[in-house]
Amino acid sequence: MNAAIEVHQLEKTFSGGSRATGGTKALDGLSFAVEEASVFGLLGPNGAGKTTAIRVLTTTLVPDSGRAAVLGRDVITDAQAVRSSIGLAGQYAAVDENLTGAENLRMVGYLNHLPRNMARRRADDLLEQFHLSDAAKRTLKTYSGGMRRRLDVAAALVARPPVLFLDEPTTGLDPQSRNDLWEVIEGLVGSGTTVLLTTQYLEEADRLAQKIAVVDHGKVIAEGTSAQLKADLGATVLEIELADPIVAGRTAELLKGVATKPPAVIGRSVDIPVDDGARVPMEALRILDQHGVAPTSFSLREPSLDDVFLSLTGRKASTEGENQ
Amino acid sequence: MSTATIALGVDQPDTGSRASWAVRDALTVTWRYLLGYLRIPEALFFSSVQPIMFVLLFRFVFAGAINIPHLGYVDYMMPGIFVQSVAFGSVATSIGLAEDLQKGLIERFRALPMARSAVLAGRTTADLVRNIWVVVLMTGVGYAVGFRIHTNPLEFLAGCGVLLLFAYALSWGFATIGLSAPNSETAQVMSFPVLFPLTFASSAFVPVKSMPGWLQAWANHQPVSVVVNAARGLMDGHLALFSSESVGAATLHALAWCAVMVVVLVPLAVHRYRRVG
Ligand SMILES: Nc1ncnc2c1ncn2[C@@H]1O[C@H](COP(=O)(O)OP(=O)(O)OP(=O)(O)O)[C@@H](O)[C@H]1O
Ligand SMILES: [Mg+2]
Repeated sequence: MNAAIEVHQLEKTFSGGSRATGGTKALDGLSFAVEEASVFGLLGPNGAGKTTAIRVLTTTLVPDSGRAAVLGRDVITDAQAVRSSIGLAGQYAAVDENLTGAENLRMVGYLNHLPRNMARRRADDLLEQFHLSDAAKRTLKTYSGGMRRRLDVAAALVARPPVLFLDEPTTGLDPQSRNDLWEVIEGLVGSGTTVLLTTQYLEEADRLAQKIAVVDHGKVIAEGTSAQLKADLGATVLEIELADPIVAGRTAELLKGVATKPPAVIGRSVDIPVDDGARVPMEALRILDQHGVAPTSFSLREPSLDDVFLSLTGRKASTEGENQ
Repeated sequence: MSTATIALGVDQPDTGSRASWAVRDALTVTWRYLLGYLRIPEALFFSSVQPIMFVLLFRFVFAGAINIPHLGYVDYMMPGIFVQSVAFGSVATSIGLAEDLQKGLIERFRALPMARSAVLAGRTTADLVRNIWVVVLMTGVGYAVGFRIHTNPLEFLAGCGVLLLFAYALSWGFATIGLSAPNSETAQVMSFPVLFPLTFASSAFVPVKSMPGWLQAWANHQPVSVVVNAARGLMDGHLALFSSESVGAATLHALAWCAVMVVVLVPLAVHRYRRVG
């Protein structure tokens, strides 16, 4: 199988960070490869370097060192060739407020050097596909946040690029629009498009991505299918809810012995990766009872990507609707 | 890498040379900005009001206090105000590009296979079109307050051409400022230290002879004065009162400045565009 995107040991330090560290190291030896006609998910906490990686791959940022290629073309030395085979929807919708939805898409078509009539047709088709036909003739100023986001993603598709970069494409979309976009992406991959997407929603990576790389501090700290990543973590997660965060911390401390990976405290609940079977939960309850800790709830569940993330980075992935 | 992968990109027919694409891309961007102007009538209206106010202010507030020998002040000031107004108009280039940068549009453009010069060429061309409108408008207002063409219409148009060319070249300088500014408000104030010494410490509004000696050296040789001299010769015909240069020499002098500015400022702006962000 061919790699549509290859990333090798990318490094990038932004000047202007703290003086002591000599800037912010956004990429620190980032490497991964994306198979043709697949979805690859980049997961990582805020500031992990996801957007920086996408900027390097879409030729808008030159790395300090390392190499990256899209469809075999080097992003630095052969940038113009790379640009004609990619589509980009950045983290923040890059649309012209003063143009209508149709005009925005046509402009991108023209600048991709599509013939006029084809650009026009593609614009109309995409507006329909993204349920924006009714708003096609309105300027973007009158669009809601989610409509802008959809138009921005549509703009990335105008030239039917074989490789697509989507930086948090569904942030700010309602569940219906999110589902629609997932279907669009699945359709594209079915017809041979390669997609690299970053997301804060683990559910999204779980559903769409054949392969996931967890990124933290500018490098990949875990990589695999979502099933592999979950399997690495342990068979089951014991989720215990306590009266308050202090007791939760104490519980994590008490149950360290039964866990397969360090327990994670989130507010007043504790997630503990454990082995399958009834022995461990019973033991856990006994320990808690001995120490007079009374859980408000106690349950076993399948590990989610959230757990993977938490155990790898020690932090929770961004919670839906929450900004940090 | 398989050829099948590349074949997916067949929507891009690679007809036309790079140069012809550079022109077409620039025109697409120009179209985008001009549409934008039309969509904000308030901005269009008030940016037209400003040059008109300058004409009226100088005509009725300052004219009485400034005595130009052998010439009515309105005839003296009009070429100066023309140049000053289009130079102010060029600041729009820096504001507009800073705004696009802020909104992430430049990032999107830079990831497209369009010519590297197109965004800048398109923006400066759109601002040129707007400056043409400013010149038309001011000619009308000038006429209403007593300005008369003392040359002939052709020479007058040639004068307009020179000052528009100058404003266009200046736009490329403001483009670099706009691409270096953190936001559009800052881009505007960053443009002022360039704009004010150029437009006011010049022969635009008062004879250079009335300035202190140290300032005369600057005011006599800086590009706005040179362009104002050419405009004075071509649009109004009273150049001989203030300069030993012939109209032809003054025009060539001004065109030479425009050429130098283009040669220096265009590569500077494109260089900045390539490494912005
Ligand atoms: N232009 C810049 N100048 C200085 N520092 C930057 C710049 N861009 C990014 N950084 C820093 O580089 C690091 C990585 O940023 P990046 O935007 O790639 O993160 P991210 O993974 O996309 O985060 P998020 O999930 O919040 O979008 C951060 O510490 C950020 O502050
Ligand atoms: Mg990001």
